[in-house]
Amino acid sequence: MAKVPMQFRLNGSDRAAFADPADNLLTVLRRGLNEFGPKYGCGQGTCGTCSVLIDGELHLACLTLAAACEGASIETVSGMADGPNLHPLQNAFMEHFAAQCGFCTPGMLIAAKALLDRNPNPSREEVIDAIAGNICRCTGYEPIIQAILSAARVSPAQRRS
Amino acid sequence: MPLGLRVAQSLSEAAGILAADPRARLLSGGTLVMRDVNEGRLTEGTLLRITDPAFRQMQVSGNRIELGAGVTMAAVLANRELGFLHAPARAVGGPAIRNMATIGGNLFAETPYGDFTVALLALDAQVMVLAGYGSARAVPLEEFLAGRARGEARLVAGVQFNRPQNPADFRFVKVSRVKPKGLSVLSIAAHLPGSASRIGPARVAYGAMAPMPIRARGVERALEGKALDAAGIAAARAVALEGVSPATDAIATDWYRREVLPVHLARLLGERG
Ligand SMILES: Cc1cc2nc3c(=O)[nH]c(=O)nc-3n(C[C@H](O)[C@H](O)[C@H](O)COP(=O)(O)OP(=O)(O)OC[C@H]3O[C@@H](n4cnc5c(N)ncnc54)[C@H](O)[C@@H]3O)c2cc1C
Ligand code: FES
Ligand code: FES
Repeated sequence: MAKVPMQFRLNGSDRAAFADPADNLLTVLRRGLNEFGPKYGCGQGTCGTCSVLIDGELHLACLTLAAACEGASIETVSGMADGPNLHPLQNAFMEHFAAQCGFCTPGMLIAAKALLDRNPNPSREEVIDAIAGNICRCTGYEPIIQAILSAARVSPAQRRS
Repeated sequence: MPLGLRVAQSLSEAAGILAADPRARLLSGGTLVMRDVNEGRLTEGTLLRITDPAFRQMQVSGNRIELGAGVTMAAVLANRELGFLHAPARAVGGPAIRNMATIGGNLFAETPYGDFTVALLALDAQVMVLAGYGSARAVPLEEFLAGRARGEARLVAGVQFNRPQNPADFRFVKVSRVKPKGLSVLSIAAHLPGSASRIGPARVAYGAMAPMPIRARGVERALEGKALDAAGIAAARAVALEGVSPATDAIATDWYRREVLPVHLARLLGERG
């Protein structure tokens, strides 16, 4: 089967890849482009650790047809820090011990970013809803919720989007 | 031969491809199709994608609402005119799933999925079906679901239904054990036009109480022309289980579903605002 050539922006850089016609985006990112930020947890849409932003919208890379991302702008956890400066969400996750094994963290951070980009001042319920598609087996969620709420309290001027 | 991919620029082109190639599978939001691909249940044939903007169009200003089959749950939630549908749209998965999952795909989702379809059933929705090249035909949703059970493969272009006269006439509840996001133990949608003292032609639908979303005809009959008071609700509750045949799955046993359905139905009917 002929490969599908594709181009898109990944964390602000133009990238090109060849995908099999039915490849999911996670496969193309991890296997094709060595972008290991999003993880492969379940491949079923259940765990959320493959979460990415596609044109600013939260999507699950494992359930996204790669070929449908032609021309799109894709953001992963790897694009959140600005050089050595971590994103306020990343700092807050460290301060609140919101990562233990860390397997859910790439998805949690991206889901939280999707929330704060749209709603800089979320309620606790809105935070819980925003990470409802992301499973964490370690933290019991409370440190993650606290981290997101505290990152939201960082003034918008300090937060880069 | 591994899976191929085709892209249709128009709905009629897509309908033609689906009619001509029994191994072509439409990919709408892909939340179920890509799962089948990832798990090796779908390894041959052709995935078909539709880029026609009409597939994602919404016509919501008037009394007759038209939603393209490619409209996502998130698009429904972002639309204020569709406030009465926000509860069923929010009932589908978490935020990432809602950004992807479409109305068309929900019509084909196996139970206990299909929460949005339950709402459409209580709205007496018509499904716009393209069975090959040509124009779309309107099929009542109930008839469409019966056809789906027989395995008829047709392209759904969109759905149409009348806006409830009063948003409070329409109610929806999804019962799940995991909060805020879990699969349905069951879901109930009710459209109760008229007034609290005299209900007009009622429509009540259940999800996860049968192999497909079903109408609760006994409940509809019990409610029509009655007042939505304690006696009216008790009469509806007494016939709540008419026609149900729930499954036992990882979420609940059939016994449990039967036990809790009348309770949730009575609560939903009692919450008239
Ligand atoms: C983690 C997870 C959680 C979920 N939670 C819920 C939930 O709570 N409630 C719920 O109802 N569902 C849930 N789902 C199931 C699913 O996401 C939804 O039912 C969704 O609406 C399916 O739409 P889709 O566009 O993704 O379908 P797709 O995967 O694109 O398609 C599904 C099927 O429908 C066919 N199809 C799609 N559109 C058309 C059309 N226009 N014409 C003809 N055939 C078509 C496809 O060929 C395919 O066979 C969940 C799924 C996942 C992965
Ligand atoms: S790997 Fe995508 S949701 Fe689990
Ligand atoms: S930190 Fe281990 S799964 Fe969340």
